[in-house]
Amino acid sequence: MTDTTTDAPAPPVPLDPRLLEILVCPLTKGPLEYDAAAGELVSRRAGLAYPIRDGIPIMLVEEARKLDG
Amino acid sequence: MRMEDGREIFDRAAVRRHRDRAAPLVGQVRPVLEAAAERLLDRLDDTTKRFTRALDIGGRGVVAPMLRARGIETVSLDLSARMAALGGGPAVAADEEFLPFGAESFDLVVANLSLHWVNDLPGALIQLRRALRPEGLFLASLPALGTLDALRTALAEAEAALTGGAAPRTSPLVDLRDAAGLLQRAGFSLPVADLDEIDLAYADPLTLLRDLRAAGETNALRERDRRIPHRALFPMALAALPEREGRVPVRLRIAMLTGWG
Repeated sequence: MTDTTTDAPAPPVPLDPRLLEILVCPLTKGPLEYDAAAGELVSRRAGLAYPIRDGIPIMLVEEARKLDG
Repeated sequence: MRMEDGREIFDRAAVRRHRDRAAPLVGQVRPVLEAAAERLLDRLDDTTKRFTRALDIGGRGVVAPMLRARGIETVSLDLSARMAALGGGPAVAADEEFLPFGAESFDLVVANLSLHWVNDLPGALIQLRRALRPEGLFLASLPALGTLDALRTALAEAEAALTGGAAPRTSPLVDLRDAAGLLQRAGFSLPVADLDEIDLAYADPLTLLRDLRAAGETNALRERDRRIPHRALFPMALAALPEREGRVPVRLRIAMLTGWG
């Protein structure tokens, strides 16, 4: 483990492609878009972006960013 | 688990905090977690089926390496990202009650001593079954009724003596008969629940409490007493635990669950 706190802006660690194949939105079970630059998994249907921290997707609604609009 | 009025029993944010804090300490309880995991994974030898893609739920760095040693590609899930990372491979922080995997993503799901802080166990099981391919296997170990009974009794009696009341301090546990029924209702085929026992002996009963914390098993009941307990509570309760040859025996009763997708 590194010492980077979860809130510090760090260059996103890429997501394991095997995870990308199987992950869905935990709320809607709908598809996710991978935003590699932002380090987020976006669920359009739920209007939420789930953060990826140190390569680990945080698929928790309370940790997700609400999308605008 | 829910109360009859629909309120949730467990505080999931607290479960997550406890597991985050326990992640660096979990090595302390590795032997117990390994013993339970070995007995659970023994079930894989009872079948001729070969598994290729496994989901490890709450394996705390113990289960994922054991699965990989069997040549099975494994993803680790935990409510705590730190705990999930201990799996040493692809990891996901997620809630078992809101599973983030598509249908038929795995042919094996293993939950070693990790589903007893879930509020909606039937709902979590249904989602796990959907994530499983047809003919996939679900294996889970759960602390069963009777586990840590001496500690429960000692805590309740010490607290009653000190304060005249007793706050809920330990998690309610599953009954073996209920466990098989739960699997069936979640749609698993050939559900089986049997009981296994692991005997531990503590020279210093304080180590038992420390081990529970290191495993992330600190009280997460929503209705828990958040005040600092009476300072005599734990010493008094621990002193009341029955001893045998200078050691406090602790029996873990573990429900071993198997079901097919």
